[in-house]
Amino acid sequence: MLIYQQSRRGRRAAAQAPLQQGDLSGIPETFRRKQRADLPQVSEMQTVRHYTRLSQQNFSIDTQFYPLGSCTMKYNPRGCNTLAMLPNLLARHPEAPADHSQGFMACLYELQEMLKEVTGMQAVSLSPAAGAQGEFAGVAMIRAYHEARGDAARTEILVPDAAHGTNPASAVMCGYTVREIPSGPDGDVDVEALRKVVGPQTAGIMLTNPSTLGVFDRRIEEIASLVHEAGGLLYYDGANLNAILGKVRPGDMGCDVIHVNLHKTFSTPHGGGGPGAGPVGVSKRLQPYLPVPMVAQSEGQYRWLTEGDCPESIGRLSAFAGNAGILLRAYIYACMLGGEGMERVAEYSTLNANYMLKRLMDAGFDAAYPERRATHEFILTLHKQAKQLGVNTMDFAKRLLDYGFHAPTTYFPLLVPECLLIEPTETESREELDGFIEALCSIKQEAEENPELVKGAPYNLPVKRLDDVRAARELDLVWKSDKNT
Amino acid sequence: MPFIPHTEEDVREMLAAIGAPDIDALFDEIPATLRCGKLKQLPQAMSEMEVAGLMSARAHQDGAPVCFIGAGAYDHHIPAAVWQLASRGEFYTAYTPYQAEASQGTLQVLYEFQSMMAALTGMDLSNTSLYDGATALAEAVLMAVRANRKSKSRRVLMPRTVHPAYRRVVQTIVGKQGIELVELPFDPAGGHTDPAVLAAFDGQDIAALVIPQPNYFGVLEEVDALTDWAHTNRALAIAVVNPVALAVLNPPGEWGQQGADICCGEGQPLGAPLSSGGPYFGFMCCRQKLVRQMPGRIVGCTRDLDGKVGYTLTLQAREQHIRRSKATSNICTNQGLMATAATIHMALLGSEGLERVAAACHANTRSLVQRLGTIAGVAPLFHRPVFHEQVLRLPISADGVLDQLSELDLLGGLDLSRDYPELGDAILVCATEKRTEPEMDDFQQKLQMILTC
Repeated sequence: MLIYQQSRRGRRAAAQAPLQQGDLSGIPETFRRKQRADLPQVSEMQTVRHYTRLSQQNFSIDTQFYPLGSCTMKYNPRGCNTLAMLPNLLARHPEAPADHSQGFMACLYELQEMLKEVTGMQAVSLSPAAGAQGEFAGVAMIRAYHEARGDAARTEILVPDAAHGTNPASAVMCGYTVREIPSGPDGDVDVEALRKVVGPQTAGIMLTNPSTLGVFDRRIEEIASLVHEAGGLLYYDGANLNAILGKVRPGDMGCDVIHVNLHKTFSTPHGGGGPGAGPVGVSKRLQPYLPVPMVAQSEGQYRWLTEGDCPESIGRLSAFAGNAGILLRAYIYACMLGGEGMERVAEYSTLNANYMLKRLMDAGFDAAYPERRATHEFILTLHKQAKQLGVNTMDFAKRLLDYGFHAPTTYFPLLVPECLLIEPTETESREELDGFIEALCSIKQEAEENPELVKGAPYNLPVKRLDDVRAARELDLVWKSDKNT
Repeated sequence: MPFIPHTEEDVREMLAAIGAPDIDALFDEIPATLRCGKLKQLPQAMSEMEVAGLMSARAHQDGAPVCFIGAGAYDHHIPAAVWQLASRGEFYTAYTPYQAEASQGTLQVLYEFQSMMAALTGMDLSNTSLYDGATALAEAVLMAVRANRKSKSRRVLMPRTVHPAYRRVVQTIVGKQGIELVELPFDPAGGHTDPAVLAAFDGQDIAALVIPQPNYFGVLEEVDALTDWAHTNRALAIAVVNPVALAVLNPPGEWGQQGADICCGEGQPLGAPLSSGGPYFGFMCCRQKLVRQMPGRIVGCTRDLDGKVGYTLTLQAREQHIRRSKATSNICTNQGLMATAATIHMALLGSEGLERVAAACHANTRSLVQRLGTIAGVAPLFHRPVFHEQVLRLPISADGVLDQLSELDLLGGLDLSRDYPELGDAILVCATEKRTEPEMDDFQQKLQMILTC
């Protein structure tokens, strides 16, 4: 039931609004609203009960194992939330002057420094509001670099076929055309194919390493020098940084520009689809183009670097300083981890993934890249089950929900048929992993013995399988009070 | 180990299952030449108690000055239930609802959000959020240029009364796609965009006209005339609005003869704390016929196998994870939790509650301006009606005055000299429903003291 369906004319949560009706006579009638907006009219308790009940219809990290590949659904420490929501921090206005901002700015400055160290980059801007905005900023900096050199011939961004969809979409938003590079049979980028297309028109390449195929690209140095020799730059998509934290740094791989998804590697909450944060880091030659604002420090005083300080900056990406509250959560998390804790993130997430892969292969599942070492995630392909039993990956995914596990990422990357991309993260215990492995094995058995059972899943959720085609064909996007449903 | 549950025995047995001698062996595919040493520059780990001490000290250092700044971020009361509910782990730690059956909570909330935003703006439909008001405007400009097939010019008219940071963000984001933003001057007496300035563009090929309401100065624009001009000239009308103001102002869906085509804005006034500028959320609503040009996630109502009502992400063929380089935008992660908080906020306040908030802000700002106007040399700069912000002229340089007020623990408004040097010594002030009579008296006394020294 919708909150609207509990609405009754004349009911309201009266304690929540000013008790006195303010004088609106300063606003002439011509500007005034003629009819009140159709918002629900409900009591405070109805509201609390309604949204509490709705929350209970969600899977979440707090309630279920959530091995969504390339999303790094690790535990979100409660301390980060509580401390980022201290009253003075919540009340700080974005335009507060420097004398009321030193504490906040110290946190941001130190986070910038920490990100420089873990990524091996020369400078960092925290302002992008999400990974995709970080990508936009990174490609915009690549463009600014070439333009500053008067190199107008570079019109193309290279993107491996395993890349997130945001990569090509971000390149296009920066005015580039996109050329796709195939992956080789071993999951690494096909360097020979790359060699054929890289050239004076190449502005750069966007690389995720480890890639979304769940493997570390072993020829990264060769790729870097190929692209660099052709005059292009190397973009590192940090979606999978969790796998290599403290083991290898993008800066050491020869990357010119990177983004980090703080809502993945730095454990800030995903919030049902955001907010995230996607800070960017750059090598020396791209430093002048970083997006503003950033925090600078001199003689113990912090100050903002804005357009005036950074005349070559690609500019501003949001009205203020990005998702500040998310940056604070990431900073608090980094403080609790320290250097050693960061190294352990890569170690234990990789241990968990390799353990799951081995046990699932032993149980008869097909790995997409059985000869390769898993990183913090790996891919199973259910091609065989789909072909022989008519039970596809989506059926497995929906049945997993019945077993109380969130499904892994399905049908991505696009080049592996019937794939499940599984990322356990370091915060899951061995017992949880074993439970998931057993569930997958049971579903495999169900698929063999009673495929219809799996194809009809889920059964134990608030709704059964939903009709996506109807949703798109008979668009119903807003509630109308006079609508019969 | 912080946040890692493994015992030594777990590690031993897991490595044995894998057949690896130690954890380091799991990194054997990374070329040895690239392996980094220890992260020595990072500080030692702190306990939760130690970080709590650090963060409390830093929060204390910044204090809690009384805030009379608005300028795109507004200090409203947020009902206690809003963040108690939005912080529930089931909302806070879920991700994008790709598995609809396991995400009905988030999906239904977002469907309710879409419904409430459409009702508030008077538009046909809404998406489920963008990053903030500035990026929402940038996406609206891109969308308008895509959608306006009659226009080939890629020119968009942008009044100088639009928030300066929004204009800069739009330039950053759309500038690389050959879109030209043409600035419109404002009337120096009214502080609004005089519809007469548009005569210079009559008959020209313009893709869209941006219309702020209220504008950055708090001033109410002639939205009907501006919207009609856009439609007469085959341009789309993009509204940039404050959602709280819409509780009392005519909604964009009803502007002029036909209503605005796209409506966007900053959602912060609907339940997001000031929080140093983020996370907030951008909202975007539009007419039905533009739905396939909309960026970002959209939730639709559908049925399950048994015919029961349920919710799912829909029209995903617009989005980057399906359409890749041909998507309507690169946005993936949005501001879902902020939209969740806004939904709860709007449910609690309802239209009458929001109207009371809007009216109290308007009345407080008038009352503040009246008080400050009694000081010699302080007066409103523009004569037109405002919503809850006003530009005041000061007799001396604004930044010195604001610094002194800040030392007295009062944020007395925003210095406009950086973005509008032509206004001279001017500040933008705002008094939301949270500002009290004693606080406003205190502002008046402190300003008087500074100006008479």
